[in-house]
Amino acid sequence: MSIETPSVAHNTEGASPVEAVSADVAHAYRLLTEMLRIRRLEERSAELYQAEKIRGFLHLYIGEEAVAVGVLQALAPDDAVVATYREHGHALVRGVSARAIMAEMFGKQEGCSGGRGGSMHLFDAATRFYGGNAIVGGGLPLAVGLALADKMQGKKCVTACFFGDGAAAEGVFHESLNLAALWRLPTLFCCENNLYAMGTALARAQSQTRLVEKATANGVPATDVDGMDVEAVERAARRAADAIREGQGPQFLELRTYRFRSHSMFDPDLYRPKAEIEEWKQRCPIATYSGTLRERGMLDDASLASIEANVTREVDDAVAFAEAGTWEPLETLTRHVYSEESAKR
Amino acid sequence: MTTYREAVREAIREALNADERVFLMGEDVGAYGGCYAVSKGLLEEFGPERIRDTPLSELTFVGAGIGAALGGMRPIVEIMTVNFSLLALDQIVNSAATLLHMSGGQFNVPLVIRIPTGAGRQVAAQHSHSLEGWFAHVPGLKVVAPATVADARGMLPTALADPDPVIIFEHAGLYGIEEELQEGAGAVPIDRAAVRREGTDVTLIAFGGMLGRTLESAAKLAEDAISAEVIDLRTLRPLDTEAILASVRKTHRAVVVDEEWRSGSLAAEISARIMEGAFFDLDGPVARVCSAEVPMPYARHLEQATLPQMPAIVQAARTLVGR
Repeated sequence: MSIETPSVAHNTEGASPVEAVSADVAHAYRLLTEMLRIRRLEERSAELYQAEKIRGFLHLYIGEEAVAVGVLQALAPDDAVVATYREHGHALVRGVSARAIMAEMFGKQEGCSGGRGGSMHLFDAATRFYGGNAIVGGGLPLAVGLALADKMQGKKCVTACFFGDGAAAEGVFHESLNLAALWRLPTLFCCENNLYAMGTALARAQSQTRLVEKATANGVPATDVDGMDVEAVERAARRAADAIREGQGPQFLELRTYRFRSHSMFDPDLYRPKAEIEEWKQRCPIATYSGTLRERGMLDDASLASIEANVTREVDDAVAFAEAGTWEPLETLTRHVYSEESAKR
Repeated sequence: MTTYREAVREAIREALNADERVFLMGEDVGAYGGCYAVSKGLLEEFGPERIRDTPLSELTFVGAGIGAALGGMRPIVEIMTVNFSLLALDQIVNSAATLLHMSGGQFNVPLVIRIPTGAGRQVAAQHSHSLEGWFAHVPGLKVVAPATVADARGMLPTALADPDPVIIFEHAGLYGIEEELQEGAGAVPIDRAAVRREGTDVTLIAFGGMLGRTLESAAKLAEDAISAEVIDLRTLRPLDTEAILASVRKTHRAVVVDEEWRSGSLAAEISARIMEGAFFDLDGPVARVCSAEVPMPYARHLEQATLPQMPAIVQAARTLVGR
């Protein structure tokens, strides 16, 4: 079958390429398109890193796309998101434009953090995207506090907090889950368990490798989810978000996933068996989901090519935008340290 | 007469009444009434939603304060004592101080953190230190140290009105001091120092718990016809450099009194700024009276010997003046 796929917008309207077909098909295309947007943006980012257009640390989300795409389907526009330093995909799916993300990685003032943050610190007030936190576990208490603020103001919002398996070894993980459960706060804890905290395998660092057990021990209901299956992730996230909106307090998702690339661009990836990497690559969330849609008769070569073409256009446009972006003048170096010019002394 | 403790409590109460976004959280601020009894009675008055007892989780309740500030609230977070603030240092330095900048100006953090600080009560090496300078080192934070009842009453509302994170260091030895508060006492500026005593021969610079004994030292010096000016820094970041330099240009001599350890202290910073800004006005080197470089001992005589005391302040001033 052939599907009309209008070009993917570059702005926050993002990515539903299908209007004229059934809701199911449109949604399936949305999921697939969003995962491809992340994948292609990340691949291009890696190239641009090699070309020295992007500097500093660069952590790619390739392989883990189903997690961000699935979870973020469950959020409404006034919900909040707190993410990690591996957050380009979350920002993109949340509605931060590829242009603003790429310009940020280039360090340009047109970037979503004005060039002050870089790859690890994407922020966007319009979509309540609170970073971009590069201290492992550092986002958890922020998410708890955002949820507290929403609750105290009588809002029915959910704060989704993404973090990795490494964060579950931090004391702040337990403190945050405890407080969220104690005060029944609307926090959706999303543990992206990719089995490695940088180079340290989960089983080499944590005595309890079933991270859901750590959550339930703190009184937070937890669900173990196949993080390579975008529909499974979405279902679990919607169930959890619904429970949170009903006032039941926080929920925890352990999303089992895997990064196909090294931890960062500096990482020679010596600590993972090649066979393990290959095995997980066989479960690529995009290839798997494309196959599923083909089996359902929802996707053919032409429609996939059309989606790919749109995504390529979007990424090309983002790179051109970033390239054409401008450097913030040195005179403004000390801006944004305080809200006012109160640091004159 | 009003005590420092009552002044802080009244400031909190006024803020809670004036702004529904304000709430207080920390360890034992509610049912216990605050470990220094600052928040006594507030739980009964405002209820558990706005006077929140937290678990012993400094890192998370400070971080949650930052998150709540981001989310539109105006939290007052109390950390029981300055040594415990080290458990929350990650959130204070890596989040509160950085979010505005990292986000390119999108996310300010209107958070107030109150921290009792200082020594003098024989509570030894894990409850007695003065680490104000560590926090004053960090761009993105504002740090204040009310040394008077009027400032204890007035700095909190100003801090709450500030769009950025403000840390208020309340010296634990000051909670019991009393002053006559003026009718309608309220918000005071938190960006400038105050001259607490005028003088012409030497400038004594102090803050927080050291102000009282510095003023006493000035009185002692006056007995020998040495006219000491006393500057209360009030705000430790940003430092009111101009006020310091203006005084030193007048007196040509400076003694910095600081309860911190000397190495890397605020006293070191102030001394450097005087050297940079008023070197040719000086008649002698800047003197510092700081705590001895030991973890705070328990025994009273050892603790008192560790801290800056009036005789040392007076002696430092006399040496500079040459009398």
